[in-house]
Amino acid sequence: MIYELSYLILLLPLLSFLVLGLAGMKMQHKTAGLIGTCSLSLVTLLSYWTAFAYFTADRVNGIYQTIVPYNFTWLPLGNLHFDMGILLDPISVMMLVVISTVSLMVHIYSFGYMHGEKGFQRYYAFLSLFTMSMLGLVLATNIFQMYMFWELVGVSSYLLIGFYYPLKPAIAASKKAFIVTRFADMFFLVGILTFGYFTDSFSFSFAGDIVMGQGTTPFIEGNIAKAVAAGGFIIPTALVLMFIGGAGKSAMFPLHIWLPDAMEGPTPVSALIHAATMVVAGVFQIARMFPLWIEYAPQAMSIVVWVGVITAFYAAAVACAQSDIKRVLAFSTISQIAFMMVALGVSLPGHHGAVLDNHAQLGYMAGMFHLFTHAMFKACLFLGAGCIIHAVHSNEMALMGGLRKYMPITHITFLISCLAIAGIPFFSGFSSKDEIITACMEYSPVVGWIMTGIAAMTAFYMFRLYYGIFWGTENKEAHAHHTPHEAPLTMTLPLIVLCVITVGVGVYTTIAGFAGWGGSFGSFVSAAGTDYTIHFNTQIAATSTVIAILSICLATYIYKGESQPIADRLYKTFPKLHRAAYKRFYQDEIWQYVTHRIIFRCVSTPIAWFDRHVVDGTFNFLAWGANEGGESLRSWQSGDVRKYAVWFLTGTVALTLILLCI
Amino acid sequence: MVPVECYFVLSALLFFIGVFGFVTRRNLIAMLISIELVLNAVDINFAAFNRLLFPGEFEGFFMTLFSIGVSAAESAVAIAIIINVYRNFKSDSVESITNMKG
Amino acid sequence: MNILSLFVLIPALMLLGLWVARNVNQVRGVMVTGSSLLLVLSIWLCYFFVSERSAGNTDEMLLVASTPWFEPLNIAYSVGVDGISVVMLLLSSIIVFTGTFASWQLKPMTKEYFLWFTLLSTGVYGFFICTDMFTMFMFYEVALIPMYLLIGVWGSGRKEYSAMKLTLMLMGGSALLILGILGIYYFSGHTTMNVNEIAAMHNIDPDIQNVFFPFIFIGFGVLGALFPFHTWSPDGHASAPTAVSMLHAGVLMKLGGYGCFRIAMYLLPDAAQDLSWIFLILTTISVVYGALSACVQTDLKYINAYSSVSHCGLVLFALLMMSQTAVTGAILQMLSHGLMTALFFALIGMIYGRTHTRDIRELAGLMKIMPFLAVGYVIAGLANLGLPGFSGFIAEMTIFVGSFGAKPLAGDPDTSFRMVATIIACMSIVVTAVYILRVVGKILYGEVENKHYLELTDATWDERFAVVCLIFCVAGLGVCPFLFSDMISPAAGNILRSIGVM
Repeated sequence: MIYELSYLILLLPLLSFLVLGLAGMKMQHKTAGLIGTCSLSLVTLLSYWTAFAYFTADRVNGIYQTIVPYNFTWLPLGNLHFDMGILLDPISVMMLVVISTVSLMVHIYSFGYMHGEKGFQRYYAFLSLFTMSMLGLVLATNIFQMYMFWELVGVSSYLLIGFYYPLKPAIAASKKAFIVTRFADMFFLVGILTFGYFTDSFSFSFAGDIVMGQGTTPFIEGNIAKAVAAGGFIIPTALVLMFIGGAGKSAMFPLHIWLPDAMEGPTPVSALIHAATMVVAGVFQIARMFPLWIEYAPQAMSIVVWVGVITAFYAAAVACAQSDIKRVLAFSTISQIAFMMVALGVSLPGHHGAVLDNHAQLGYMAGMFHLFTHAMFKACLFLGAGCIIHAVHSNEMALMGGLRKYMPITHITFLISCLAIAGIPFFSGFSSKDEIITACMEYSPVVGWIMTGIAAMTAFYMFRLYYGIFWGTENKEAHAHHTPHEAPLTMTLPLIVLCVITVGVGVYTTIAGFAGWGGSFGSFVSAAGTDYTIHFNTQIAATSTVIAILSICLATYIYKGESQPIADRLYKTFPKLHRAAYKRFYQDEIWQYVTHRIIFRCVSTPIAWFDRHVVDGTFNFLAWGANEGGESLRSWQSGDVRKYAVWFLTGTVALTLILLCI
Repeated sequence: MVPVECYFVLSALLFFIGVFGFVTRRNLIAMLISIELVLNAVDINFAAFNRLLFPGEFEGFFMTLFSIGVSAAESAVAIAIIINVYRNFKSDSVESITNMKG
Repeated sequence: MNILSLFVLIPALMLLGLWVARNVNQVRGVMVTGSSLLLVLSIWLCYFFVSERSAGNTDEMLLVASTPWFEPLNIAYSVGVDGISVVMLLLSSIIVFTGTFASWQLKPMTKEYFLWFTLLSTGVYGFFICTDMFTMFMFYEVALIPMYLLIGVWGSGRKEYSAMKLTLMLMGGSALLILGILGIYYFSGHTTMNVNEIAAMHNIDPDIQNVFFPFIFIGFGVLGALFPFHTWSPDGHASAPTAVSMLHAGVLMKLGGYGCFRIAMYLLPDAAQDLSWIFLILTTISVVYGALSACVQTDLKYINAYSSVSHCGLVLFALLMMSQTAVTGAILQMLSHGLMTALFFALIGMIYGRTHTRDIRELAGLMKIMPFLAVGYVIAGLANLGLPGFSGFIAEMTIFVGSFGAKPLAGDPDTSFRMVATIIACMSIVVTAVYILRVVGKILYGEVENKHYLELTDATWDERFAVVCLIFCVAGLGVCPFLFSDMISPAAGNILRSIGVM
């Protein structure tokens, strides 16, 4: 069997985590880094091999088969069971490629970026742990395995955000990230419990069954039908609960608050975890459950759409006003993930014979495609930002400006990625974003135009960032000590690789999309597993390109110059708006209020008081009562023999009298 | 012949004088003397009742003699204790001995 | 002689050995030899149990034996183990073994300390091997009394107050317990004290059961930290010396859950079905309330004690759900909580031994000063909040899956009652994360504020050994839960069938 080595994809990073975690402190920095990178290179090779084998295998009835090379029962739970295994289908194989590529780039990049840092070995150990967990998440054969690795990626993210543990903001950010996602995971868990209880299964074996309209598989007849019979609301409820979990991980409004703070972690980590892979876990989860969504909960999908639209708009608006380059990128990530969510949400059901019709296919395919392209160019942007921070030693845009002379490679790759995210033809972002907007237009023109507007905002704030960093006045004061210099090869090489992918994919898919060729993204990944040919809608493509170019021109007009009179005037005209956007529309403050004031002050503290004073007080009162009772009886035992005699005599007389009376 | 009631009156008087003394006096010796009075009251009763109820028999008198013997021994022990108490507490007042008070 | 009696005999010989020991090294020698023997014995017992089961031996109890020791009341020394007791014995051995190393450098009166420590473990072992109600009760008392001295003499802080409070509350529980046991004995026809025989007779009138069930459940529930009888736990744990906290939270609190299941629910099945919902409400409160209280505590041991209230509440919660999966989860949770809390208390003890404070407001940046202990603490914390790969995750997930699917019983106020209770209990996983990360962030991370701490040293070899052993066990249970759930699940099934809910 060609997939028999696939278990190594999970095992190798796990081993390198254990080796580095247990023995890392005794190693040289270089050795530790090499162990991590080598094992990851092997994983990458294996992933590419698996992907190659999977996508070149013969389709059955024009559909990629779902393959489960390994699956064993890890823990029996009554009539349910908790399995561990590997599931290969188009989306998991695609994710395999994305994760291993970005992770390998980050491993290489970190050699330069983390050079000489204390805890270098620990850093590589955590990277391995994260990679293992993320791969396990996408390869999961059942929802419980997914949840388990879901928690593991959460912990790896916690550990990596808090990598600089002596710094207070890093501690706070890591705690916040973990607790916010944990809060969302609680809903995920309840969703899993509901789903598992009513369908008697945690398995993903519906994948590939339902979308084909084959209502005859045992899983649908037995498990799903049972849940539907118990109540039509059950599957939608379970799915929405799971979506809340996904929204937490994917930083959807209002659970997005952890992601901007997570930028306290090392920049390569932000590139890997908080831009390319972990944050799209929520999108992946919806894609994984997509057959159920579309068959049994089509109405509930509008929740996904509107959450996505609100998030995309909100994050784009905030991104326009941030001054920390990583924060801009973080909000841009939130906004782009929201695009993917919207894309999945707008896939409305509709069968075309046995296969889903183009409409349902389009949104799903576009979402996955955007996930792929976004992972590449956003990782490139973050890594580029890392090079800049490495050179300038600050995240603040005010301290940058005019860096294009000093860092040519970073400049070019950053520009290409900006063009990609802005949606300019021949760059990868164009193909995927255009498909998303097309899908939205078909769903509802309102959503379509809103998304077009947000795409324009994206182009605007990305070029604001670009000009702020590479053009404009050079901050001579900040650079007085040493001039910024280009990063070493270990850091620029990943940038180049990611850029090549962005451009290569962009050029091919743009041409293929206009010409209607096969072999584009849709041929590999589509909702039904069929060969889906991408056809651009020329009208929409032209509109969105023109709008993107206009926004870029606007950004150029405002931000390119040495001084920025228009931008300054805008600040002065709308100080409150700017301040609100800068403060992220006070979302963090609201959450802070809820958690600290309400939960800590008004729930936990009274409960602790109640416990110490009321519950414990009751028992102390009982003890006190017993003590007092003893004290009061004690005076009878006076030790005065004459008193005893009086009592004795009185008693005798009384007794005698009583006896006489009877 | 003295009527038998006189003995009873005498013994009753002695008994209550003894009890009164025991309850009111604080001096250990005085309390001991009071106890002796109570015992003597009992002795008189024994003798008087023996004479009244079983004339010609001697169990009551024997009991009286036995009681006198016991009270002698008891006084000896009590006085020994009192002397020791006095040595330890430098007092023969009952109120000074409160070590075993609860 | 029955092999199970060795579990009582070895501690008895250890007591003898400690009594004649002349110096500290001899005391340590006796302790290490004895506790390793017990550990080997319990591992062998697990192996034996599994091989018997796979050889097709389906008896409810294995290694059964009985010797009467007080004929007029039919009291016998009856022993026997099923899957649940086997894993509890293993847990006890691990905790006693690591506890020995955790109190390696304890002073003063090392010999006396270990004497009481061993006596306590004798009681624990005896309780788990016995199947006779009265003998179980006797061993239960043997395990409780030494606690008073161990806390009162070797403790810290308000030790006399805490020792007194703990002992009195647990004794109060015992009083209810003996009433309940005598009630069961009398109303089942006063012919036997053997648990299995009484369960097989199944002849106690349901009304009578309803009277005695609360007695026994609360009696054991006090030890299992059932709300509102849990208040001995924060004070007791805070004052107890390290190894005693470990043993107490790790094993002794499990006696409560075990007793609730083995005596209260097994012998009074009708009452268990009728009244379980009342206690379910109490345990649900325990779970959430303990976690919320832990959020605002400032003493490390108080935080952990409240966290124990929450986790042990989950044990009783799952037992009362009365589905096979939930009960299996409850036993797994006992194992998992036992190991994790022991690890936590061991680490807190070691940190306290160096810094002489447990107040989280005074500690900071320990990661730099004592990296080994700090990393251990992070691992313990992550295990406690349910990180997959450690025992907490599988125990909690088994409980939640089992409880969510638990069948509604006759006495329940509503058919979805159990489901709602499970959802409420799920909230604790978020709150757990809050208080664990709060502590980790405050005491381990950040910069060292108190310059005196810079001179402190990291763990010594005996401490490292104890910590590594416990982490290994926690991870082992987390990675290979099927080894244990295969043992526990049939035993839980037998009892639930006898109760009549399966």
